[in-house]
Amino acid sequence: MKILVCISHVPDTTSKINFTDDNSKFDTNGVQFVINPNDEFGLTRAMWFKEKQGASVDVVNVGGAETEPTLRKALAIGADSAIRVNTAALDGFQVAKQLAKVVQDGGYDLVIAGRESIDYNGGMVPGMLAGLTNANFVNNCINLEVDGTNATAVREIDGGKETVATTLPLVIGGQKGLVEESDLRIPNMRGIMMARKKPLTVVEPVDANAETSAVAFEKPTPKGAVTLVSPDNLDELVNLLHNEAKVI
Amino acid sequence: MSVLVYTESEQGKFKKTAFEVASYAKAVATQLGTTVTAVAINANDASALGNYGVDKVLNVSNSQLDAFNAKTYADVLKQAAEKENAKVVIVSSSADSKYLAPLLAVGLNAGFASNVVDVPSSTSPFTVKRTAFTNKAFSMTTIDTDVKLVAVSNNAFGLVESSGNASAEDFSPTLPESGVTVQSVDKATDKVTIADAEIVVSGGRGLKGPENWGMIEELAEVLGAATACSKPVSDLGWRPHSEHVGQTGKPVAANLYIAIGISGAIQHLAGINASKVKVVINTDAEAPFFKAADYGVVGDAFEVVPQLIEKLKAFKAQQ
Ligand SMILES: Cc1cc2nc3c(=O)[nH]c(=O)nc-3n(C[C@H](O)[C@H](O)[C@H](O)COP(=O)(O)OP(=O)(O)OC[C@H]3O[C@@H](n4cnc5c(N)ncnc54)[C@H](O)[C@@H]3O)c2cc1C
Repeated sequence: MKILVCISHVPDTTSKINFTDDNSKFDTNGVQFVINPNDEFGLTRAMWFKEKQGASVDVVNVGGAETEPTLRKALAIGADSAIRVNTAALDGFQVAKQLAKVVQDGGYDLVIAGRESIDYNGGMVPGMLAGLTNANFVNNCINLEVDGTNATAVREIDGGKETVATTLPLVIGGQKGLVEESDLRIPNMRGIMMARKKPLTVVEPVDANAETSAVAFEKPTPKGAVTLVSPDNLDELVNLLHNEAKVI
Repeated sequence: MSVLVYTESEQGKFKKTAFEVASYAKAVATQLGTTVTAVAINANDASALGNYGVDKVLNVSNSQLDAFNAKTYADVLKQAAEKENAKVVIVSSSADSKYLAPLLAVGLNAGFASNVVDVPSSTSPFTVKRTAFTNKAFSMTTIDTDVKLVAVSNNAFGLVESSGNASAEDFSPTLPESGVTVQSVDKATDKVTIADAEIVVSGGRGLKGPENWGMIEELAEVLGAATACSKPVSDLGWRPHSEHVGQTGKPVAANLYIAIGISGAIQHLAGINASKVKVVINTDAEAPFFKAADYGVVGDAFEVVPQLIEKLKAFKAQQ
């Protein structure tokens, strides 16, 4: 089985979010970038397929050269080779179109992407990629088994979960649950050394425009101080929620 | 040309979010000087949509659509959008809608903005405000394609009633092969789900063990709320994973979020920041959650929650 894992290069959750150029650009100054958490679960599940059932695992990112350390980290975790599509990621549609070309050229059976990335939280790329490549699609995937060309997936739904049957080629939008958090892999020294020798191919983008653009960013207005209510005066809390906040 | 809106229903009954997206669609249609057409799939009483500004309902009724399927549903909406020559298509942020929306975007070749929290600030260029960076910022996003797809955040716009009559029309799209078959569903049907809830009552590790969740459930019941939890609570198996909220769990955009015995780590806040009013109950006055909260009680959950339940019961009895 040929597996492609999409890796988004995102600011670490604890990063302070700031903007430059009159609030039109994300300020990367001092920001630590990591593998998108949802993608990390997918990458570890791909490793499981590789080790238990035999599969090749490639990772891909659409982005400039600055994303290569993130791809190297994925190689250190165990992916066989990495592909970087050499263009800035502008919006979900444009990224999905670039990835679709990689999927078609590589003839992948299974594409694992994260349910959403923690920078723009679009939740667009996995579904768009499935649509563009005519593959089956399972979103919010929390477990996946593959037997030949048949796949069984469990996905989270509002208020519970659902088990579905489908076939390869398949794209999933994965998340926590694909593997246990305790099973997530951290690159070790050997992995890091090996990653240096693994192929990281840079491919040129196809012609695809972004369909949306972030023209300006805003930060939420700073919140006023919390109103503290004494534990001995909970009537006051009920009163505030009813009359001031108007939420009950 | 009209604004097309997908109004979700469950077992024939519209979800609350259906009325919310209809209200939103009406506001956009007013800006554009056009009408609203809703797509209702296997819904019993489509006329209810008229109260939220819908002018026309395309009623789709087909037992093949009883179980949700993203690809098939996306195709139904695509055919409806084409039939109506819709330039703006609106869906909710339910798990189902977020599942079908990217497929629909491809089908319609439409630029797609998700997590939208307000009506367009401009219709030309079409510009919407959406959350980004796990709710730490907003992005003003333009959609540059001819057809535009918008997913509205839950509880962001609210319900706006208007007096109108929706005309109804039967619509029979052709249904493609779905490629994905549902084998089994494991869902508590009698419970308010986190996604639909206006109020969410959430418990953290401060509750010490699963045996103490009775009071969380009781508080939720009094408020008609959904129950949720922090990540360690689901990791420890005290509560099901489907209740875990935060960056790696479910997003919560409720009107009221009550956090009990939760410290307010940044990864937790990332998932709940979009909620409007936050109440925190915590023994530790230094817990970071107090910085993010609107109202707080520094106190022991085991004393505060039972009392709060009594106060709320008394309050509800008076209403
Ligand atoms: C990559 C990553 C992703 C993560 N994603 C998530 C996520 O999606 N969601 C999430 O929740 N976490 C997430 N976390 C974990 C997060 O960092 C915190 O560890 C977690 O939110 C803490 O949960 P808690 O507040 O319930 O527990 P604790 O940190 O143990 O806090 C318990 C709180 O309860 C209070 N307390 C104790 N006893 C009482 C009492 N009797 N009455 C009232 N209060 C009491 C304490 O003062 C304390 O503030 C993530 C972490 C990482 C690294």
